[in-house]
Amino acid sequence: MGSRASTLLREEEIEEIKKETGFSHSQITRLYSRFTSLDKGENGTLSREDFQRIPELAINPLGDRIINAFFPEGEDQVNFRGFMRTLAHFRPIEDNEKNKNPTASEPLNSRSNKLLFAFRLYDLDRDDKISRDELLQVLRMMVGVNISDEQLGSIADRTIQEADTNGDSCISFQEFIKASLVEANINNTSFNHLTKKIKILMGAFFINATEANLLNKLA
Amino acid sequence: MELFFNPFDNLLCILLGISFTVWFTLLLVFIIVPAIFGVSFGIRRLYMKTLLKIFEWATLRIERGAKEKNHHLYKPYSNAIIAREPTSLEEEIKEIRRSGSNKDLDSASEFEMSDIFYFARRGVESIMDDEVTKRFSAEELESWNLLTRSNNNFTYISLRLTVLWGLGLLIRYGFLLPLRVTLAFTGVGLLVFLTSVIGLLPNGRMKNFLSEKVHLMCYRICVRALTAIITYHDSENKPKNGGICVANHTSPIDVIILASDGCYAMVGQIHGGLMGVIQRSMVKACPHVWFERSEVKDRHLVAKRLSDHVQDKSKLPILIFPEGTCINNTSVMMFKKGSFEIGATVYPVAIKYDPRFGDAFWNSSKFGMVSYLLRMMSSWAIVCSVWYLPPMSREEGEDAVQFANRVKAAIARQGGLVDLLWDGGLKREKVKDTFKEEQQKLYSKMLRPSWTPLTT
Repeated sequence: MGSRASTLLREEEIEEIKKETGFSHSQITRLYSRFTSLDKGENGTLSREDFQRIPELAINPLGDRIINAFFPEGEDQVNFRGFMRTLAHFRPIEDNEKNKNPTASEPLNSRSNKLLFAFRLYDLDRDDKISRDELLQVLRMMVGVNISDEQLGSIADRTIQEADTNGDSCISFQEFIKASLVEANINNTSFNHLTKKIKILMGAFFINATEANLLNKLA
Repeated sequence: MELFFNPFDNLLCILLGISFTVWFTLLLVFIIVPAIFGVSFGIRRLYMKTLLKIFEWATLRIERGAKEKNHHLYKPYSNAIIAREPTSLEEEIKEIRRSGSNKDLDSASEFEMSDIFYFARRGVESIMDDEVTKRFSAEELESWNLLTRSNNNFTYISLRLTVLWGLGLLIRYGFLLPLRVTLAFTGVGLLVFLTSVIGLLPNGRMKNFLSEKVHLMCYRICVRALTAIITYHDSENKPKNGGICVANHTSPIDVIILASDGCYAMVGQIHGGLMGVIQRSMVKACPHVWFERSEVKDRHLVAKRLSDHVQDKSKLPILIFPEGTCINNTSVMMFKKGSFEIGATVYPVAIKYDPRFGDAFWNSSKFGMVSYLLRMMSSWAIVCSVWYLPPMSREEGEDAVQFANRVKAAIARQGGLVDLLWDGGLKREKVKDTFKEEQQKLYSKMLRPSWTPLTT
């Protein structure tokens, strides 16, 4: 009955999360409200079942991997701080952050952290390499039963062949970055394309297709 | 000591007696008699207007308070947490590949490691905000209506506001609640009693006429028991005999709201307890369609009984809620096709509650029936609008599902609700795997369109 009032976020906590993740005050309260509505057990943490109750996530082919990304190694519950930390990866990089103090610790939504998130979706055993098996697993999740093992195997082989530069038949994080980014110099038209698409709403943030574009810029 | 108390006691008794008499006379004159004749003094609308003014003042006060603390006020609808663009899987993955690779667009690339960005993004978007789960809990209000239950993060702002809230609490629980409970008991009691009496009459025009009047009267008393302020639109489209009335479902109160303006044959499962008593006595006066628990599973039996009922033109129109479960009145979810297969004329009705005065949504996983009714009776009022939409029938070449979707779209449009294809049953059940398989199929087509998929 009074659970909402008792688990209301305190100002200090909001400030801490703001510093750590870069979300604004209203975004944090909004996401806290979302967190509590997903928390059916009302114990301040989310379990994997709580996530799977979201139909749109349950039908996502990579749903289980994404849910996994929220839970730290070996744990079954995630609290609000952990929840926000993971969501922070998807915050768009704002212009005023680009010229930040280089000695400050890297923000959660930096380019390399975004790529690390994606890398970890493949690399299940966290050995910092994507093996052929891991690649096949993810491929199988995305295509379901529609492609045969042999065809899938050849896709995986080709991908590793193209991306692997040091010949260990695995894709390291550096090789992954190169494989998903543009290698050449910055394309100015892409920048215009980018700025046209970014809409900054008052008090809202977004993740949309330009996120991938942002990942492409090495600058 | 005894002498001291005696005159006091007498005085107390006399005062109590007088106040009870006054109380009941007022009740009778202002509430029950108008209910019988279907007229209204307009007291409830005046009450509604006063409340609105108070809420506006409270909202301004809160906004001012929030500005002083330099926060953005949490408005659930004006700034959505994320902006979602409705693009298809193919378009987006192509876009990602185009910007990521420096290869030629013409060389159809099979698979890129960056393809997972699309799924990751969609997944995290749905974690932050999805269309379905928020329909199963009470709607969030933009401004506070002085009820603790709708208090999200409106912390202590000012003394005046708190005093007002306390006053509101006193009025609601001390005055309105007992009044409403009395009315509710009167209404239900009269319904059971009078319908049983009418059941003794022989079937015929007299019986139907009386049963109509009795039903209407008792429902009107119940409406006043909830302080429901209802606006009916387009009454010329009211359902006629031999038709099926479908409406969006938010709470059991929907039945009372619709039935106080017209006579319907209800459809439902027989319950035990008080509900069962009411159901059994109602069916004595006029034919409702009640099913035993076991019969509900048998779809053919259900369909047959319903179609028998609609074919008899002397019987009242059937009232059905095709969503099958209570949704929180911000959207309309999938309509079950059963009632649309029967082939009768469908009269759609849209019901939209105004959440500022009291949230009518019944969250059955959180509240039982009794606590729900108590919450209803201790809110300010139930304010809603009912639109009777023009009748629809199934067209040539349209199957039941398409027909159901067409009706659903019309209701959603009229009521200003979001039209969703998701099943209301997702409240309790898991989503079917077929949706995931569809996405997988779409993606596999992208990998090599020339390949035929293994499963067609």
